[in-house]
Amino acid sequence: MEDAGSVVAFWALAALTLGAAVVTAAVRDLVRAVVALVLSFLGVAGLFVLLSADFLGVAQVLIYAGAISVLIVFAIVLTPRAARDNAETAMLWPALAIAGALIGLVIAVALATDWGDGAREGFRETASAIGEALLNRYVLPFEVASVLLLAAMLGAIVLVRED
Amino acid sequence: MGLEHFLVLSALLFGVGLFMALSKRNIIGILMGIELMFNAVNLSLVSFARFLEAAERLSGQVFVVFSITVAAAEAAVALALAVAIYRRRESVDVDRINLLRW
Repeated sequence: MEDAGSVVAFWALAALTLGAAVVTAAVRDLVRAVVALVLSFLGVAGLFVLLSADFLGVAQVLIYAGAISVLIVFAIVLTPRAARDNAETAMLWPALAIAGALIGLVIAVALATDWGDGAREGFRETASAIGEALLNRYVLPFEVASVLLLAAMLGAIVLVRED
Repeated sequence: MGLEHFLVLSALLFGVGLFMALSKRNIIGILMGIELMFNAVNLSLVSFARFLEAAERLSGQVFVVFSITVAAAEAAVALALAVAIYRRRESVDVDRINLLRW
Protein backbone atom coordinates (compact mmCIF):
# COMPACT_ATOMS: atom_id res chain seq x y z
CA MET A 1 0.00 0.00 0.00
CA GLU A 2 3.05 2.25 0.15
CA ASP A 3 3.85 2.29 -3.57
CA ALA A 4 3.39 5.56 -5.42
CA GLY A 5 0.42 4.34 -7.47
CA SER A 6 -1.63 3.41 -4.41
CA VAL A 7 -0.89 6.72 -2.70
CA VAL A 8 -1.86 8.77 -5.76
CA ALA A 9 -4.98 6.64 -6.30
CA PHE A 10 -6.04 7.03 -2.66
CA TRP A 11 -5.75 10.81 -2.61
CA ALA A 12 -7.44 11.22 -6.00
CA LEU A 13 -10.32 8.90 -5.08
CA ALA A 14 -10.67 10.45 -1.63
CA ALA A 15 -10.87 13.93 -3.14
CA LEU A 16 -13.44 12.74 -5.72
CA THR A 17 -15.59 10.92 -3.14
CA LEU A 18 -15.60 13.64 -0.52
CA GLY A 19 -15.84 16.52 -3.00
CA ALA A 20 -18.81 14.96 -4.75
CA ALA A 21 -20.50 14.30 -1.39
CA VAL A 22 -20.03 17.94 -0.35
CA VAL A 23 -21.42 19.08 -3.71
CA THR A 24 -24.42 16.79 -3.13
CA ALA A 25 -25.07 18.49 0.19
CA ALA A 26 -24.48 22.02 -1.08
CA VAL A 27 -26.05 22.24 -4.53
CA ARG A 28 -29.59 23.64 -4.74
CA ASP A 29 -30.99 21.53 -7.58
CA LEU A 30 -31.93 17.96 -6.66
CA VAL A 31 -31.13 16.51 -10.09
CA ARG A 32 -27.61 17.93 -9.95
CA ALA A 33 -27.32 16.55 -6.44
CA VAL A 34 -28.09 13.06 -7.78
CA VAL A 35 -25.39 13.40 -10.44
CA ALA A 36 -22.85 14.38 -7.78
CA LEU A 37 -24.05 11.48 -5.63
CA VAL A 38 -23.34 9.05 -8.50
CA LEU A 39 -19.80 10.48 -8.71
CA SER A 40 -19.37 9.87 -4.99
CA PHE A 41 -20.60 6.27 -5.34
CA LEU A 42 -18.09 5.69 -8.16
CA GLY A 43 -15.32 7.10 -5.97
CA VAL A 44 -16.23 4.64 -3.21
CA ALA A 45 -16.17 1.83 -5.79
CA GLY A 46 -12.65 2.86 -6.76
CA LEU A 47 -11.63 2.85 -3.10
CA PHE A 48 -13.03 -0.70 -2.78
CA VAL A 49 -10.83 -1.79 -5.69
CA LEU A 50 -7.86 -0.05 -4.04
CA LEU A 51 -8.60 -2.10 -0.91
CA SER A 52 -8.39 -5.25 -3.11
CA ALA A 53 -12.15 -5.87 -2.88
CA ASP A 54 -12.77 -6.41 -6.58
CA PHE A 55 -16.19 -8.06 -6.27
CA LEU A 56 -17.50 -5.32 -3.99
CA GLY A 57 -16.22 -2.62 -6.32
CA VAL A 58 -18.21 -4.08 -9.20
CA ALA A 59 -21.26 -4.60 -6.96
CA GLN A 60 -21.02 -0.99 -5.82
CA VAL A 61 -21.05 0.24 -9.43
CA LEU A 62 -23.97 -2.03 -10.35
CA ILE A 63 -26.18 -1.52 -7.31
CA TYR A 64 -25.37 1.96 -6.05
CA ALA A 65 -24.24 3.91 -9.13
CA GLY A 66 -26.77 2.03 -11.24
CA ALA A 67 -29.88 0.88 -9.44
CA ILE A 68 -30.19 3.12 -6.39
CA SER A 69 -29.36 6.28 -8.34
CA VAL A 70 -32.01 5.41 -10.93
CA LEU A 71 -34.50 4.82 -8.10
CA ILE A 72 -33.74 8.27 -6.68
CA VAL A 73 -34.18 9.86 -10.11
CA PHE A 74 -37.52 8.04 -10.43
CA ALA A 75 -38.61 9.43 -7.07
CA ILE A 76 -37.62 12.95 -8.14
CA VAL A 77 -39.53 12.84 -11.41
CA LEU A 78 -42.57 11.25 -9.72
CA THR A 79 -42.85 14.16 -7.29
CA PRO A 80 -42.98 17.02 -9.80
CA ARG A 81 -44.96 19.72 -8.03
CA ALA A 82 -43.04 19.28 -4.82
CA ALA A 83 -40.29 21.71 -3.97
CA ARG A 84 -37.50 20.71 -6.31
CA ASP A 85 -34.98 22.52 -4.16
CA ASN A 86 -32.50 20.83 -1.87
CA ALA A 87 -32.72 23.49 0.83
CA GLU A 88 -32.25 23.06 4.56
CA THR A 89 -34.80 23.35 7.33
CA ALA A 90 -34.24 25.48 10.41
CA MET A 91 -32.09 22.63 11.72
CA LEU A 92 -29.10 23.70 9.58
CA TRP A 93 -26.78 24.82 12.38
CA PRO A 94 -27.64 22.06 14.91
CA ALA A 95 -27.12 19.51 12.12
CA LEU A 96 -23.74 21.03 11.25
CA ALA A 97 -22.74 20.99 14.92
CA ILE A 98 -23.79 17.35 15.45
CA ALA A 99 -22.12 16.16 12.25
CA GLY A 100 -18.92 18.07 13.06
CA ALA A 101 -18.84 16.69 16.60
CA LEU A 102 -19.30 13.14 15.33
CA ILE A 103 -16.56 13.57 12.71
CA GLY A 104 -14.19 14.89 15.37
CA LEU A 105 -14.99 12.06 17.76
CA VAL A 106 -14.53 9.27 15.20
CA ILE A 107 -11.30 10.78 13.84
CA ALA A 108 -9.91 11.22 17.35
CA VAL A 109 -10.67 7.59 18.24
CA ALA A 110 -9.30 6.30 14.92
CA LEU A 111 -6.04 8.18 15.36
CA ALA A 112 -5.66 7.37 19.06
CA THR A 113 -6.18 3.62 18.69
CA ASP A 114 -3.23 1.32 18.06
CA TRP A 115 -4.33 -0.81 15.12
CA GLY A 116 -1.21 -2.95 15.00
CA ASP A 117 1.09 -2.85 12.01
CA GLY A 118 -1.59 -3.70 9.45
CA ALA A 119 0.99 -4.36 6.75
CA ARG A 120 -0.68 -7.43 5.30
CA GLU A 121 -0.83 -8.60 1.74
CA GLY A 122 -3.99 -7.69 -0.14
CA PHE A 123 -6.56 -10.30 -1.10
CA ARG A 124 -5.93 -11.93 -4.44
CA GLU A 125 -9.41 -12.54 -5.82
CA THR A 126 -12.44 -12.21 -3.61
CA ALA A 127 -15.40 -13.20 -5.79
CA SER A 128 -14.96 -16.97 -5.40
CA ALA A 129 -14.15 -16.66 -1.69
CA ILE A 130 -17.25 -14.51 -1.08
CA GLY A 131 -19.38 -16.96 -3.06
CA GLU A 132 -18.17 -19.90 -1.02
CA ALA A 133 -18.64 -18.00 2.25
CA LEU A 134 -22.20 -17.07 1.25
CA LEU A 135 -23.11 -20.71 0.60
CA ASN A 136 -21.22 -22.26 3.51
CA ARG A 137 -20.83 -20.12 6.58
CA TYR A 138 -23.43 -17.45 5.85
CA VAL A 139 -26.09 -19.52 4.13
CA LEU A 140 -28.84 -18.58 6.61
CA PRO A 141 -28.27 -14.81 6.30
CA PHE A 142 -28.13 -15.32 2.54
CA GLU A 143 -31.58 -16.93 2.52
CA VAL A 144 -33.00 -14.36 4.94
CA ALA A 145 -31.68 -11.59 2.67
CA SER A 146 -33.55 -13.08 -0.27
CA VAL A 147 -36.78 -13.14 1.76
CA LEU A 148 -36.12 -9.55 2.83
CA LEU A 149 -35.66 -8.45 -0.79
CA LEU A 150 -38.92 -10.15 -1.77
CA ALA A 151 -40.78 -8.47 1.10
CA ALA A 152 -39.30 -5.08 0.23
CA MET A 153 -40.28 -5.46 -3.42
CA LEU A 154 -43.86 -6.43 -2.52
CA GLY A 155 -44.07 -3.59 -0.01
CA ALA A 156 -42.84 -1.01 -2.52
CA ILE A 157 -45.34 -2.23 -5.11
CA VAL A 158 -48.23 -2.12 -2.61
CA LEU A 159 -47.25 1.38 -1.43
CA VAL A 160 -47.33 3.00 -4.87
CA ARG A 161 -50.23 0.99 -6.32
CA GLU A 162 -52.99 3.04 -7.92
CA ASP A 163 -56.14 2.20 -6.01
CA MET B 1 -1.65 4.49 3.27
CA GLY B 2 -2.73 2.87 6.51
CA LEU B 3 -6.05 2.02 8.07
CA GLU B 4 -6.25 5.49 9.63
CA HIS B 5 -6.43 7.23 6.25
CA PHE B 6 -9.48 5.20 5.26
CA LEU B 7 -11.14 5.61 8.66
CA VAL B 8 -10.74 9.40 8.57
CA LEU B 9 -12.16 9.53 5.04
CA SER B 10 -15.05 7.31 6.13
CA ALA B 11 -15.74 9.59 9.12
CA LEU B 12 -15.81 12.69 6.91
CA LEU B 13 -18.14 11.01 4.41
CA PHE B 14 -20.43 9.86 7.24
CA GLY B 15 -20.50 13.39 8.63
CA VAL B 16 -21.62 14.84 5.27
CA GLY B 17 -24.36 12.21 5.03
CA LEU B 18 -25.47 12.83 8.62
CA PHE B 19 -25.65 16.57 7.94
CA MET B 20 -27.86 15.94 4.92
CA ALA B 21 -30.12 13.51 6.77
CA LEU B 22 -30.59 15.94 9.66
CA SER B 23 -30.99 19.20 7.80
CA LYS B 24 -32.60 18.68 4.39
CA ARG B 25 -36.14 19.82 3.76
CA ASN B 26 -36.91 17.37 0.98
CA ILE B 27 -37.50 13.69 1.84
CA ILE B 28 -35.42 12.62 -1.16
CA GLY B 29 -32.52 14.77 0.05
CA ILE B 30 -32.70 13.03 3.42
CA LEU B 31 -32.58 9.64 1.68
CA MET B 32 -29.50 10.71 -0.28
CA GLY B 33 -27.81 11.55 3.01
CA ILE B 34 -28.70 8.11 4.36
CA GLU B 35 -27.16 6.46 1.29
CA LEU B 36 -23.97 8.48 1.83
CA MET B 37 -23.82 7.20 5.41
CA PHE B 38 -24.26 3.62 4.16
CA ASN B 39 -21.33 4.14 1.81
CA ALA B 40 -19.12 5.53 4.56
CA VAL B 41 -19.82 2.57 6.84
CA ASN B 42 -19.23 0.07 4.01
CA LEU B 43 -15.92 1.76 3.28
CA SER B 44 -14.79 1.40 6.88
CA LEU B 45 -15.89 -2.27 6.93
CA VAL B 46 -13.87 -3.05 3.81
CA SER B 47 -10.88 -1.20 5.29
CA PHE B 48 -11.04 -3.28 8.47
CA ALA B 49 -11.29 -6.44 6.37
CA ARG B 50 -8.22 -5.40 4.39
CA PHE B 51 -5.99 -4.28 7.25
CA LEU B 52 -7.03 -6.21 10.36
CA GLU B 53 -8.71 -9.46 9.38
CA ALA B 54 -6.84 -12.71 8.96
CA ALA B 55 -6.38 -13.45 5.27
CA GLU B 56 -8.82 -15.85 3.53
CA ARG B 57 -11.68 -15.04 5.94
CA LEU B 58 -13.32 -12.06 4.26
CA SER B 59 -16.02 -11.64 6.93
CA GLY B 60 -15.88 -7.88 6.53
CA GLN B 61 -16.53 -8.06 2.81
CA VAL B 62 -19.38 -10.56 3.26
CA PHE B 63 -20.87 -8.14 5.79
CA VAL B 64 -20.71 -5.40 3.14
CA VAL B 65 -22.56 -7.68 0.68
CA PHE B 66 -25.45 -7.94 3.15
CA SER B 67 -25.21 -4.24 3.95
CA ILE B 68 -25.57 -3.31 0.26
CA THR B 69 -28.51 -5.74 -0.08
CA VAL B 70 -30.40 -4.26 2.85
CA ALA B 71 -29.58 -0.73 1.66
CA ALA B 72 -31.09 -1.50 -1.73
CA ALA B 73 -34.27 -2.86 -0.12
CA GLU B 74 -34.42 0.17 2.17
CA ALA B 75 -34.02 2.57 -0.74
CA ALA B 76 -36.84 0.91 -2.69
CA VAL B 77 -39.28 1.03 0.24
CA ALA B 78 -38.29 4.55 1.32
CA LEU B 79 -38.66 6.04 -2.15
CA ALA B 80 -42.01 4.27 -2.56
CA LEU B 81 -43.06 5.88 0.73
CA ALA B 82 -41.94 9.28 -0.57
CA VAL B 83 -44.03 8.85 -3.72
CA ALA B 84 -47.03 7.67 -1.68
CA ILE B 85 -46.78 10.65 0.68
CA TYR B 86 -46.50 13.00 -2.29
CA ARG B 87 -49.66 11.55 -3.82
CA ARG B 88 -51.57 11.89 -0.57
CA ARG B 89 -50.38 15.36 0.48
CA GLU B 90 -48.89 16.99 -2.66
CA SER B 91 -45.65 17.67 -0.82
CA VAL B 92 -42.42 16.01 0.22
CA ASP B 93 -41.42 18.86 2.55
CA VAL B 94 -40.74 17.42 5.99
CA ASP B 95 -41.82 20.67 7.65
CA ARG B 96 -45.33 20.06 6.30
CA ILE B 97 -45.50 16.35 7.11
CA ASN B 98 -45.72 16.76 10.85
CA LEU B 99 -48.89 14.74 11.41
CA LEU B 100 -47.50 13.12 14.57
CA ARG B 101 -46.79 16.41 16.31
CA TRP B 102 -48.52 16.86 19.64
